[in-house]
Amino acid sequence: MTLATPAAAVEKFSGAYESLVAGNSDVPEWLKAVRQQGWATFSELGLPTKRRGNELWKYTNLQPLAAADFAYSIGGSVTVDQIKAAGPWDDAWNTVVVVDGKFSAELSNLHDTVGLDAGSLAEAISSGKGDIESQLASLAGREEYAFTALSTAFIEDGAYLAIADGTELEQPIQVVFVTSDDPESRASYPRLVVDAGANTSIVLIETYLNLSESSQFSAPVAELFAGDKSTIRHYRVQIENENSFHLGTTRVRQLGDTNFTSTTFAVGASIARNDVHTLLDAPGASCTLHGLYMTSGSQQQDQEISTTHAKPGCTSNQFYKGILSGKSHAVFSGKVVVMRDAQKSDATQKDLNLLLSRGAEIDAKPSLEIYADDVVAAHGATAGHVDKDTLFYLQSRGVDEEAAKAILVRGFAEEMLNEFEPKALNDFVERITDERIPILLEESDTIGTA
Amino acid sequence: MLEINNLHASVVDIENSEILKGINLKVGKGEVHAIMGPNGSGKSTLANVLMGRPDYLVTDGDVTLEGESILELRPDQRAHLGMFLAFQYPAEIPGVRPWQFLKAALDSKAESRGEDKMSVRNFSKLFDEKVEAVGINPNLVKRSLNEGFSGGEKKRNEMLQLEVLQPALAILDETDSGLDVDALRIVAEGVNSMRSPERSFIVVTHYQRLLNYITPDVVHILVKGKIVKTGGADLALEVEKDGYQEYLEAAGANA
Repeated sequence: MTLATPAAAVEKFSGAYESLVAGNSDVPEWLKAVRQQGWATFSELGLPTKRRGNELWKYTNLQPLAAADFAYSIGGSVTVDQIKAAGPWDDAWNTVVVVDGKFSAELSNLHDTVGLDAGSLAEAISSGKGDIESQLASLAGREEYAFTALSTAFIEDGAYLAIADGTELEQPIQVVFVTSDDPESRASYPRLVVDAGANTSIVLIETYLNLSESSQFSAPVAELFAGDKSTIRHYRVQIENENSFHLGTTRVRQLGDTNFTSTTFAVGASIARNDVHTLLDAPGASCTLHGLYMTSGSQQQDQEISTTHAKPGCTSNQFYKGILSGKSHAVFSGKVVVMRDAQKSDATQKDLNLLLSRGAEIDAKPSLEIYADDVVAAHGATAGHVDKDTLFYLQSRGVDEEAAKAILVRGFAEEMLNEFEPKALNDFVERITDERIPILLEESDTIGTA
Repeated sequence: MLEINNLHASVVDIENSEILKGINLKVGKGEVHAIMGPNGSGKSTLANVLMGRPDYLVTDGDVTLEGESILELRPDQRAHLGMFLAFQYPAEIPGVRPWQFLKAALDSKAESRGEDKMSVRNFSKLFDEKVEAVGINPNLVKRSLNEGFSGGEKKRNEMLQLEVLQPALAILDETDSGLDVDALRIVAEGVNSMRSPERSFIVVTHYQRLLNYITPDVVHILVKGKIVKTGGADLALEVEKDGYQEYLEAAGANA
């Protein structure tokens, strides 16, 4: 990938990096090396720019991010009530709270659940829990990707979850990443490592909240290790404030006969990217990556979704839906790579969009790279407006135009919302959707009849 | 109840596209009128223009309901006055359940009339009763509106809406098209059970067969955008026997 002016980007973050390195004394040597490698990679790459030849960033303008400055490592105070008001919550869940990148034991709500070790990543690093040394930054941070490299340079804390072999948990585990309220623009690089053992079954909710109104920069990275025959039901909720930058990464490595199902709900941030990669690394692994994004105003919302079929007999399904209004811009970049050995692979990709305004723009780019010959694959993408015949149908029954549009937009979102199964989570995404729809329709100009 | 005077209508944004060329029609309270005609006669357009479909532009004439012109009203406002259109091709609406949508329709009507909205409990009761009355599969109405419904199921769903909304004037736009005899009977039973001195119907149809089950008070033959003949129920039988040819020839000669 071609990148411009890495020096300027390095300069922006170098002060923070130097102070991190200066306070490096109680950090294990292996982590120092990992950080250093992350910094070296980032120094080489700089921030991605929108220019010809840079395929991954062709549609996304990071100029506002490049132009901003962020302080590092300033934590604010947050209360449990604020978190409960801003995001999904259920007392029955195990909830790990990470504030401005740092684990908070006080705000977390952890039950003594047999087979679950949930807590601070910093603690897991210092005490060398499980396979943390080999796992951390093994899926994300050693690749040629600026934001995981940057995040890796700044690894300090976040959340660590280890699920012992054979553990099946009915109640979800939530990890809430919250940005505290502060007028100052800050950067945070929270990490999440999930080590799900063999024959485990968990529901994992990853939630990104922002309690400030100011512009914040967050580059979270989640690395998920799905052990043999494990089942992970994953949800990702991103509702950052509309002045913020959220460059998130999820990397999943799946072993044999694993089942990873993920549904994303992305409505926040000024510029947001949800970069997901699943590696189907043993026969019989299957992944389902779904999501709903809604954008208004001048928001940019990217779904950069990729799956690698490395071994035979794996299944992948990507299905995203977008609702766009105002002058917002969304990107769906779905990629499936089927390696030479991955015979009997089955891959589908779909991206459906509802454009509510002339100014809204979607770039949908599903792509398949197939090196095996015995493969079933299909992909498609659509962008449409609210259908006027449908609108007339609803109106003819007495539903006024505004209500009819709201019903149709809600109907479009419905199948994705239904995927959010835990009650408190479902209530939450439905509430946020119902709050967003009037805003989307306010900025709508292509539908309706005079 | 409904009066149509010299109604002319064209397709919006298309020049020289006049379809209705001076329709005159009076439908009294409690009456069932059938409008028959060959393909392209404008009968479906008439049904849609009455409901205010934005694809058509009224260029002349007037339509009044209980003496008040409705042409300036939006479709939802017409519905609030008691009008209803059963569609030839009901829209499939993903993610929207019939229950939810009918509740919204009734709420909107109540609001427009300054009445209280029906409670969820009472509405559910009403809805369940009507589902049973119409004989629609209860599992079907839990799904998205019309999505994956068969032709018959869609029409039955239209009858469900008719039952729940209880309109004063129901217009059925070729509701019989694509139906087998059993489904046809269901539609007819729905209409017959709702006939009352307070409710009027306009039944638009190409074929006479629906009128074997729904006996109209008045039958109109619509050809090339004009009503060319009006008569009693037996007029439909004549058309069945002789076809539209003589009317088409007469209209051709006048054109």
